[in-house]
Amino acid sequence: MVVSSTPPGYELTEEQRLVRDTVRALADDRIAPRAAEIDRTGEFPWDVKALLAEHDLLGLGIPAEYGGVGADLLSVCLAVEQVSRVCATSGLIIAVQELASLPIVLAGTDEQRRRWLPDLAAGRQLVAFALTEPEAGSDAAAVRTRAVRDGDDYVIEGTKRFITHGSIADLVVVFAVTDPEADRHGRMSAFVVERDRPGFRVARLEHKMGIRGSPTAELVFDGVRIPAGNRLGAEGEGFAIAMRTFERSRPAIAAQAVGIAQGALEVATAYARTRRQFGRPIGDFQMVAALLADMDAATEAARQLLYRACTVIERGGPDAARWAAIAKLVAGDAAMRVTTDAVQVLGGYGYVDEYPVERMMRDAKITQLYEGTQQIQRLVVARALLGRE
Amino acid sequence: MRIVVLTKPVPDPASGQDRLGPDWRVDRAAAPAVLNGNDEYALEAALRLVEAHGGEITLLAMAPPSAPETLRKGLAMGADRAVLVTDPALAGSDIPSTVAVLAAALRDLEADLVLAGIDTSDGFAGVVPAALATTLRLPLLSNAAAIEPDPAAGRVRVRRIVQGGYDVLEAPLPALVSCTQALGAPRYPSLKGIMAARSKEIAVRSLADLGPLPRPVGGAVAETVVVAVDPPPPRGATRTVRAPAAEAAREIAEFLAARRLLP
Repeated sequence: MVVSSTPPGYELTEEQRLVRDTVRALADDRIAPRAAEIDRTGEFPWDVKALLAEHDLLGLGIPAEYGGVGADLLSVCLAVEQVSRVCATSGLIIAVQELASLPIVLAGTDEQRRRWLPDLAAGRQLVAFALTEPEAGSDAAAVRTRAVRDGDDYVIEGTKRFITHGSIADLVVVFAVTDPEADRHGRMSAFVVERDRPGFRVARLEHKMGIRGSPTAELVFDGVRIPAGNRLGAEGEGFAIAMRTFERSRPAIAAQAVGIAQGALEVATAYARTRRQFGRPIGDFQMVAALLADMDAATEAARQLLYRACTVIERGGPDAARWAAIAKLVAGDAAMRVTTDAVQVLGGYGYVDEYPVERMMRDAKITQLYEGTQQIQRLVVARALLGRE
Repeated sequence: MRIVVLTKPVPDPASGQDRLGPDWRVDRAAAPAVLNGNDEYALEAALRLVEAHGGEITLLAMAPPSAPETLRKGLAMGADRAVLVTDPALAGSDIPSTVAVLAAALRDLEADLVLAGIDTSDGFAGVVPAALATTLRLPLLSNAAAIEPDPAAGRVRVRRIVQGGYDVLEAPLPALVSCTQALGAPRYPSLKGIMAARSKEIAVRSLADLGPLPRPVGGAVAETVVVAVDPPPPRGATRTVRAPAAEAAREIAEFLAARRLLP
């Protein structure tokens, strides 16, 4: 009989614990006091972005040879989780910089990486990931934006919607159709567009339910001319690059969800200890205690699943997409349920902005929607199960 | 400049765990260990001195064998290396033992400045810096609010906090400085600092490695024994002021004035 040993990576390493604890202290001391105001004003927190850059948190996943930290996926997720625990908008700054630099890391040439990654790693520049369009959301291969080759250039024409950081990014990774005749998965290519290219403009900003400090933009590419050297990977590789990116970006969004859930759990627990009704702290009542216990169980289950997913994905292999989808699915649902129950524990106080749980509940909802809706995650898992493309 | 910072892993005061075992000794397994808060201020002062004058920083700790994980944070903040003296016989050491061990370890390290936090959050005696300076015959500059070394002249100047102000003290190097929080808040480790800390050396020494000491050391010869521990009296009723800032400030000022707590 083979006795299975503890899989390597099941415990956080000393370094990962130090990353977690350092970011937690930074988040508690410097970001938490800003969270309510960021939500209320809906303004992008440039001060938080500067703080994250100062501590190398915007270059976490970027390889050290290009100026980043070269941390593993789990460390990136630990950082996103700890910041999101106090402010989901701020956690998203780390996640998006990671997500949108991934196509350059995964598919860029050495020259392209040297050109763009050092400024992204240092936080001197921000980058956005532009795949979604008004008519191409869950059906990512339905992108209509065109990139037409013209000599040594491409000319990009089209509209992108729901682009996080789209209005503030210096670089935008754009997915556009280069061969309309090719099959669904060979039509697209990926390009880096600098924001000062003529023809690029921000058409509007969305008014959102949550993550209100994070600007979500509609971007218009009106004959934007870029050199062919801005194309990432070969022509037709765009869809594959996007899917490989999701294997690593979905865990980061799962980490945001776990962080939001943990934040709500902590507020609700502290409240249940101190709030007295009928002469006792409300935590003494079984109906409240059970809510808290279920919230803790859901949060911890999502967290441990995410950590496990990170180690599997880091190792690589055909199962990565499935693990990424499961982690995002479970964590997003956990965040929604836990924050909703946190509002319940606080009662009327939970529904007003005197406490942060109503904000957390609004922030949690996006984790069920972006980086692939929960329905798309199920589709990914089911396809892996049933062996269908 | 070569700076040694004394660093002690202590039970995390924020963990909320009961930190004393049944024998009134600190139960180091009961709560996760962190760097002693005041030692982080000393390390921050050392980092700023090295940024201004060049040099290197060595952390010195006498602690249980699990200490490297705690010391790693100091290395991530920017210290260059660490020396950990650990030995089963040292569990339960009192102040004279601690001083004898640290003095022996310091003799092996070449230092221009030795920095220490003014006290530790587990023991609170606050006499190790003074006792260590006496043992090593180093000038002691205590309660420092500012440290201004002049390495070329081989001297250091310190502002010492005293009632109503501060003294300016000067001493030749090497010297020992006990550091207050007035020196400035410790930095957070950067993520690159954390990654770099992985490859920094933590030299582990046993009692035998230190060679013969001038006195027996360790828990077996401890002369100080805790005989009783009483919890602080429960806090009285708390009054929360909820009002716009100006109004709240006036209310708080009136509350304090009524109790003659304002000058």
